Amino acid sequence: MKLDSKIPAGPLAEKWTNYKSSQKLVNPANKRKLNIIVVGTGLAGASAAASFGALGFNVDIFCIQDSPRRAHSIAAQGGINAAKNYQNDGDSVERLFRDTIKGGDYRAREANVYRLAEVSGAIIDQCVAQGVPFARDYGGLLDNRSFGGAQVSRTFYAKGQTGQQLLLGAYGALSREIARGTVKLHTRSEMMDLVVVDGRARGIIVRNLVTGDLERYAAHAVVLATGGYGNLYYLSTNAMNSNGSAAWVCHRKGAAFANPCYVQIHPTCIPVHGDYQSKLTLMSESLRNDGRIWVPKKKEDAEAIRAGKLRPTEIPEEDRDYYLERRYPAFGNLVPRDVASRAAKERCDAGYGVGTGYAVYLDFADAIQHLGKETVEQKYGNLFQMYQKITDENPYETPMMIYPAIHYTMGGLWVDYELQTTIPGLFAAGEANFSDHGANRLGASALMQGLADGYFVLPYTLQNYLADQIYVGKISSASPEFDAAEKAVRQRINRLMEIGRVETRRATSLQTVDDFHKRLGKIMWEYCGMARNTESLTRAKQMVKELEDEFWKSVFIPGTANEFNPELEKACRLEDYFELAQLVIDDAIHREESCGGHFRTEHQTVDGETLRDDKHFMYVAAWEYQGHGQPETMEKEPLVYEHITIANRNYK
Amino acid sequence: MKFTLHIWRQENAKAKGHFETYEIDNIRPDCSFLEMLDILNERLINDRIAHPVCFDNDCREGICGMCGLYINGRPHGNDDGITTCQLHMRKFKDGDDIWIEPWRAKPFPVIRDLVVDRSAFDKIIQAGGYISTTTGGVPDANTIPIPKHKADMAMDAASCIGCGACVAACKNASAMLFVGAKVSHLALLPQGQIEAADRVKKMVAKMDELGFGSCTNTYACEAECPKLIKRQNISRLNRQWIGALFGRDRKE
Repeated sequence: MKLDSKIPAGPLAEKWTNYKSSQKLVNPANKRKLNIIVVGTGLAGASAAASFGALGFNVDIFCIQDSPRRAHSIAAQGGINAAKNYQNDGDSVERLFRDTIKGGDYRAREANVYRLAEVSGAIIDQCVAQGVPFARDYGGLLDNRSFGGAQVSRTFYAKGQTGQQLLLGAYGALSREIARGTVKLHTRSEMMDLVVVDGRARGIIVRNLVTGDLERYAAHAVVLATGGYGNLYYLSTNAMNSNGSAAWVCHRKGAAFANPCYVQIHPTCIPVHGDYQSKLTLMSESLRNDGRIWVPKKKEDAEAIRAGKLRPTEIPEEDRDYYLERRYPAFGNLVPRDVASRAAKERCDAGYGVGTGYAVYLDFADAIQHLGKETVEQKYGNLFQMYQKITDENPYETPMMIYPAIHYTMGGLWVDYELQTTIPGLFAAGEANFSDHGANRLGASALMQGLADGYFVLPYTLQNYLADQIYVGKISSASPEFDAAEKAVRQRINRLMEIGRVETRRATSLQTVDDFHKRLGKIMWEYCGMARNTESLTRAKQMVKELEDEFWKSVFIPGTANEFNPELEKACRLEDYFELAQLVIDDAIHREESCGGHFRTEHQTVDGETLRDDKHFMYVAAWEYQGHGQPETMEKEPLVYEHITIANRNYK
Repeated sequence: MKFTLHIWRQENAKAKGHFETYEIDNIRPDCSFLEMLDILNERLINDRIAHPVCFDNDCREGICGMCGLYINGRPHGNDDGITTCQLHMRKFKDGDDIWIEPWRAKPFPVIRDLVVDRSAFDKIIQAGGYISTTTGGVPDANTIPIPKHKADMAMDAASCIGCGACVAACKNASAMLFVGAKVSHLALLPQGQIEAADRVKKMVAKMDELGFGSCTNTYACEAECPKLIKRQNISRLNRQWIGALFGRDRKE
């Protein structure tokens, strides 16, 4: 495997312009002869498919839900960054670029990040043209707020439902193309395999989730926009059906997987409360604009609170430890997510946690006092309501309790500057790729990246790839490669279905898919979560292996493969998670440094901050699949910083 | 807590459905309604009692619109302004009987158990529930100032999650609140004006074609909407539609 990032020549600020002016194009009459498959209907997938359709390509788009509007982009709350500088507070493309590189702890590719910052403004224009109802000030112009890791206000938002509104914008554009006939929509359809013909991605095998039928789709190129693999940890802020399988089957077919150990843990989520819990709910980062995070200064107060003998409102100001403001005076409560998460864990591990011991307070009392309850309600009303419905506590009266949770995965399929994976013709966009966020993503940047990839990057780079595909003619799905792929999927499903059905096995030894998934999640959270070290990771590796062996002996999937069967869907995804877990752990073991979301306890400063090793680890780790149970091989893509000066990541 | 669950079971779209009764015990009040069903399903699988109960769900935080159960005669259950996934068992009394049904509406056929097919909503949107824009070539965002109160009203209408509770709540299975919300969202914004007349006519025609019923202004939809979408959006839909049919701007 050879990695060629294909970064265009020239000064950083001119690379994208140079690329666009010299790339190959497809003439309008030829576009309709070319087929593109898009998997996933979130921000990246929907925007890409809509844009391809509008250009005149033939597009097939797939989602596992009942409608494209359900994709998990919809749950993004706080906002979307763009370097518009509408607030006149010193923002610029250069500034957004620098913040993103620094936020990613100098582990992202310069050229990709600069392009992201460069197209960010056009995203806002596009969304407003679509009718996205962004928040406005009384003069009728767009409003902004601040997010972690930035000292400017560049975040555009629509109440606490920004992801929803952006997705509905993209869904509208997609619906228009569906009506025009350029895009064909396939709902309740799960990609089970990638078909590679003569070294190029030529189609996919799909399982119809209603009937269980396997279906074939052929195309000249495949775009994967299937999100991240956060649900590997079972409890996360991801939707229940979000999964890493589509990316993983591509990895098995030869697409390199980059930086899998970079997992984002979001500091402000509603804490875990019971074993039956199915997911964790995020409380938007935007709350840190006005909320102050604290724990009691005295251990005995924390103990009294945990025992239910003391209420947070009874603790006087001088006995509260606003630990983010104390440790990071320059950024205060708005430090990036990885920093805020570790700081919460540090306080809780030291015995100052509240609630179950694994929670800290996010307090709005000050904000309510100086802004008034009405303003706070206007800004965060729906988030407060969401919190109250879940916890049965009123955040206007008592501080919220929050704790970090798995939220986003910076790692993903390796892509070059064109967002093409190591399999020609297979592209990856949005959270599914690894490219823009380095070792830590800044808040409000996921929406920006998803839409940048879909609206403004892929429509150019994919054309460059497709330009010579007009000579290939229509791709047929009646080929030996499609036969083989479909057969392999069928065998895989049958093998899973058979596990619990051996007559001699006692029924009591069988377990459900969720049992295994919960146990896998616990191992990963405990030993490969917010803090990792060689010992914990080695242990995790062994435990995952044992759990996987047990899974293959005693998982029970009810029903059959030829019907609507959610248990089977979950089992297929979990099977992939076992392999993915091993890779995440291997990557975490190999990266003997701390950076962003990857915190190795052996590598920290005296203050407990991340300690990078730029000399040895300033590279992207791209892993290549070698077969089930085999250690993967790793290629390095060196990160060359021509434009930016590497510095310590300091938010103090 | 302990409950007696009466759940609609139906193997597929063509099969005949029926209620099945299950007892469930040791449920914590903090448990969400769907987590309670997860626990039931674990038991149904482990004890080989029956195929687990199928129900749609995804984000489990009230925004994706995927979940939707008819619980004791109310879409999304006995609380206001929430989806099924946000309903918690503390809203019930220990020992309660709970009746759980899928959305019942002709345009939403049952797929299995509590799962229904809501693609009719997508078809209504495809009929015109968008502003036609091509990627790129649009004006700078701040060249279109919009009065804050208008933008806020558009936002309120746009917060519809497309769950279908309005249709399920309506005795006529009318989709007027869903359509009204989208028509209002776009009609309240200057960007949406250009196609407004065409949009409303096409969306209403599609809604009728798909078999949704008529609105008789009882507003059960408004009462049950998890996002508290207001009935004024239906009035605006009617005004837009009448304007589109008879308005001066249509006689070009």
